[in-house]
Amino acid sequence: MTDSAVLLETRGISKTYGAVVALRSGDLSVRAGEIHALMGANGAGKSTLVKVLTGDVAPNSGTILLDGKGVRFASPASARQAGLSSVYQDVSLVPLLTIAQNLRLSRIAMPEVRPWIEELELEHVDLNELARDVPTPILHLLDLAQALATLPRLLILDEVTATLPADLTERVFRVARRWRTEGRSVVLISHRMPEVQALCDRATVLRDGTTVGVVDLASSGQEEIVSLMLGEAAASVVVSEGAVADREPAPAVDRRPALEVRNLRSGKLKDVSFTLHRGEVLGLVALEGQGQADLFDCLSGNHSPEGGEIIVQGKPRKFRHPHDAIGAGLVLVPADRALALLPQRSVRENIALPMINSLRNWGLIRLGIERKRVRAAIDRLAIDTRSQSRVKQLSGGNQQKVTLARWLATGFTVLLCFDPTRGIDIRTKEQMYGVLRELAASGSAVLLFTSELPEIQLACDRAIVLFGGAVTAELAAHDATEAVLIRAAHGLVTGGGEVEAAS
Amino acid sequence: MSASGVRLEGERRFTTPRLVRRNAWTLGTCALFVAVMIFTVVIHPSYGPFEVHSLVVGALPLAFAAVAEASVVLAGGIDLSVGAMMAVANVLAARYMLHHGFETSLIISALVLIGGSLAGGLNGVVAWRTRVPDIVVTLAMSFVWGGVALLILAQPGGGAPDQFLSIASGSFFTPWVPNGLLLLVFVVALVWVPIRLSRAGLALYAVGSDRTAAFRRGVTIGPVRILSYALGGFFAACGGLALLMSTGIGSPLSGTIYTLSAISAIVLGGVSLAGGRGSLIGPIVAAFILTLIPADLILLGTDPNYGQVVTGALIVLVVMAGGLAPFLRRRRPRLAA
Repeated sequence: MTDSAVLLETRGISKTYGAVVALRSGDLSVRAGEIHALMGANGAGKSTLVKVLTGDVAPNSGTILLDGKGVRFASPASARQAGLSSVYQDVSLVPLLTIAQNLRLSRIAMPEVRPWIEELELEHVDLNELARDVPTPILHLLDLAQALATLPRLLILDEVTATLPADLTERVFRVARRWRTEGRSVVLISHRMPEVQALCDRATVLRDGTTVGVVDLASSGQEEIVSLMLGEAAASVVVSEGAVADREPAPAVDRRPALEVRNLRSGKLKDVSFTLHRGEVLGLVALEGQGQADLFDCLSGNHSPEGGEIIVQGKPRKFRHPHDAIGAGLVLVPADRALALLPQRSVRENIALPMINSLRNWGLIRLGIERKRVRAAIDRLAIDTRSQSRVKQLSGGNQQKVTLARWLATGFTVLLCFDPTRGIDIRTKEQMYGVLRELAASGSAVLLFTSELPEIQLACDRAIVLFGGAVTAELAAHDATEAVLIRAAHGLVTGGGEVEAAS
Repeated sequence: MSASGVRLEGERRFTTPRLVRRNAWTLGTCALFVAVMIFTVVIHPSYGPFEVHSLVVGALPLAFAAVAEASVVLAGGIDLSVGAMMAVANVLAARYMLHHGFETSLIISALVLIGGSLAGGLNGVVAWRTRVPDIVVTLAMSFVWGGVALLILAQPGGGAPDQFLSIASGSFFTPWVPNGLLLLVFVVALVWVPIRLSRAGLALYAVGSDRTAAFRRGVTIGPVRILSYALGGFFAACGGLALLMSTGIGSPLSGTIYTLSAISAIVLGGVSLAGGRGSLIGPIVAAFILTLIPADLILLGTDPNYGQVVTGALIVLVVMAGGLAPFLRRRRPRLAA
């Protein structure tokens, strides 16, 4: 099969969204008649590369070669005509049209799609149902059926299996194998390592928007992929001075639990329990969509859990509104600054916002005290601004500091950080780690979800790993190397993963 | 039996026929109209062809305005210039039809309708090309067209041949079905039905429902939006001509109230302001309801200005009732991760 011709090749594809670089240099070479895996950590640029290939977005630079000829796709329709069809991670059927209307919209005749609907065992699905009313896994399969109907030479499956139950996943793989035997190609994006190992011929690994290697899965396996995903960082774990892993555990001044979560169920969360003590930073690691968003939603009072208990400082709590969670001392720093800040208002107002409840004097805000507290928070975080300027004009890092400053000024028991360093510069990141450590030292508790694995050893005392809606591993910072975390996050449970923290 | 199959069976627990379920709001609007009509006949037992006739002539401009607004909103846009475009069509026709024969007036009507479609299409082109939000583009355009209307006819005046004015008022078959109603149904059906049955209509709804998904399905978004605005402009021009038929003269300021009235009618008629959901029947029926209510209040001998109050309360109540459906569907908002 080494002789088989290259069907599609991309060279140096890059794509930026504003200041954010989604893809630096995407190189991919897919042979005819192979199933090719595209792998990489969250935000490595897999989905962006796929969107470029399917004409969903236009790349900033780079070339796409199909059968050795340069091509450029202006829209998904033109990519489909060239023989590239994709099933997207997020369903791309128009919700308010019926399935049949969606097919007509794509100019796909019913006789063309019928065999594929049968192949995927979807005969019982009513095609006159609105797409909105059809369960998501079935929609994904229908999306696949209509992609197959155009008989694409390259079928792209972007994390399709992430939302599918096992029996439906098998149907998708059956089709993929059939595609290979017919001499066509499949690109599969999946986080599930065993799946990739079992199905794919080769894997291209992306890291930080750059292709870092191609692995032949027949001769080598998971370990090589993992080490490529980690990059040089694995060889020499750069742990800056003062990193927790090298330090003696903090003297147990006050080890009372600040937050206990027991058997929490909500959305993708199946059954999650953990304890967060005062004076510690607990890291949370998970791949995209393992239930971390649901966990933070529940803890910050954004929606009510389906079951389980949230106990704050020994008292069981029920949150109906973020106001309740803030009242109980659980405060959130989301990844998306826009969710937390009022971009048109001043830094001072943004920081003071949650305080107005406590700083009122007969309905009037006591500006003097407010100013003093805001000043203290700004100084502590070294926010680079005059406090009157609008938040919109600050850099991303400084905006994130404002979110943090808000809670420093207001006071809290547990700080919930959802990937707070996403897309901010390294210096600000280090300042944030410093602040988190200081907060822990002064007796607060911090829950830090991060998509950047080295952060666990830089900022946390302990880490838990979430996989498939449950906690699959609990590690002391010292043991939570990237390699261990990546394995655990992919559901490859390592022996002796259960290590009690700070013992 | 696979797990997925079981889940699908569970989904089919609704017993109401799908046709009724999908058009529940339109049917509800019709039921409301019947209720208001019954009320009208009860308070005014001698309700007859003359009243039907005046209701149709009175509701015709609003019905066209509602259809114009609906064709834009269904595709996910909003058009605040509907009223102003109606005014331009109205004064153009009134100024140039005056002292001319019936044939000339028909040619002028055709030109006005073409001009309306182009003016509407311009909204779409500007919104698409400049990426300025639709609401801003059409708000600005409403001032432009409002000014143009005043330039064409500074004060109410002009006119049209009697034969033209009587298009809407006569009745071919029975006095209970005035020609105005036939005209409305005929024009809307002639334009809308072919579009609705073609891929263009599907694309229009798709763009209104989910732009990204529509793009991925191979829909070219820009042209579809232009189409929806052009339809809006066409129906707005129809509304302007209907206004001329009902009042007999051209008035540069007459159109202004129709923008917000049209939005009220489409909301009452079940067109989702978020786009992609609704029909044209609902807004037309709603336009008749909104015309009937002030008339009823006059019959009751109360101040017709209460009409505004009643209308406002009605819209809030109807939209609240309609809001129950998605609530029962139990879709919850989520924190973006």
